[in-house]
Amino acid sequence: MIAPFSHVLLLAVILFGLGAACAVARRNLIMILIGVEIMLNAAGLAFVGASLRWQHLDGQAFVIFLFAIAASEVAVGLALIVYLHRRTGSVDANRYNLLKG
Amino acid sequence: MSFYSVIFYLLAIITAIATTLAVTRRNAVHAVVYLIISFFGTALLFYLLGAPFLAVLEVIIYAGAIMVLFLFIIMMIQIRPAVQTWATALKQWLPAIILGGIAFGLAAAMVVGDPGGPIQLKPAMAGPAELGRFLFQQYWFPVEIASFLLLIALVGALYLGRGERKPPAGRTEETR
Repeated sequence: MIAPFSHVLLLAVILFGLGAACAVARRNLIMILIGVEIMLNAAGLAFVGASLRWQHLDGQAFVIFLFAIAASEVAVGLALIVYLHRRTGSVDANRYNLLKG
Repeated sequence: MSFYSVIFYLLAIITAIATTLAVTRRNAVHAVVYLIISFFGTALLFYLLGAPFLAVLEVIIYAGAIMVLFLFIIMMIQIRPAVQTWATALKQWLPAIILGGIAFGLAAAMVVGDPGGPIQLKPAMAGPAELGRFLFQQYWFPVEIASFLLLIALVGALYLGRGERKPPAGRTEETR
């Protein structure tokens, strides 16, 4: 016996909530991207737990796609951050108010 | 409480604390280092939950590649620490804390209520060969799509990250 399945889900929810809070509350673009990474990781944990719960490999197969999505998302996201930093000289999300009248 | 459950709860506590520290750090480098601890904890949890191949991938891709990429970018662009008063910090964190609290409350209610009855997870293991066979028998087409997605991400990152193009020799800015 490892643990009840609901405790795995509870841990995944805690991690997802922390990631969501990080993505919502932080103003640094890099920290926002880190929050998204934490959320994806929490989703992966829930998938692996469900895979063990139902004794089926679908969950683990999905986590591999999750890794691919996380890797491509972070590559494009960081390239965008570098591009924005080159254009505006800042990575603060509150300072992108170019269209403000 | 068995040996496995002691390990599970220890790893869960370590992961949660490391993630909490990561999201609250002012310095992005410290956040990334705490996050590496968190991802190692998650990798061990994957191993405990019967996914050794995913545990290895987690260490290689997340803790290795992605976090090192973050460190490179943080050190490449110099970040000025933003001056933040308590009022604006509260305004930023209040909705986040409320949303996270609601999600946590719902999850806790679900755990306490436990509609399916307490389902104990039994230790089991799916080896890399088994997973690979399953993946390429059932999901060969999504694997191809994922590889295409990675290629597109590579091209996109290259396009966004290229330097300023110099005008060709013999031409001035006006004639271009």
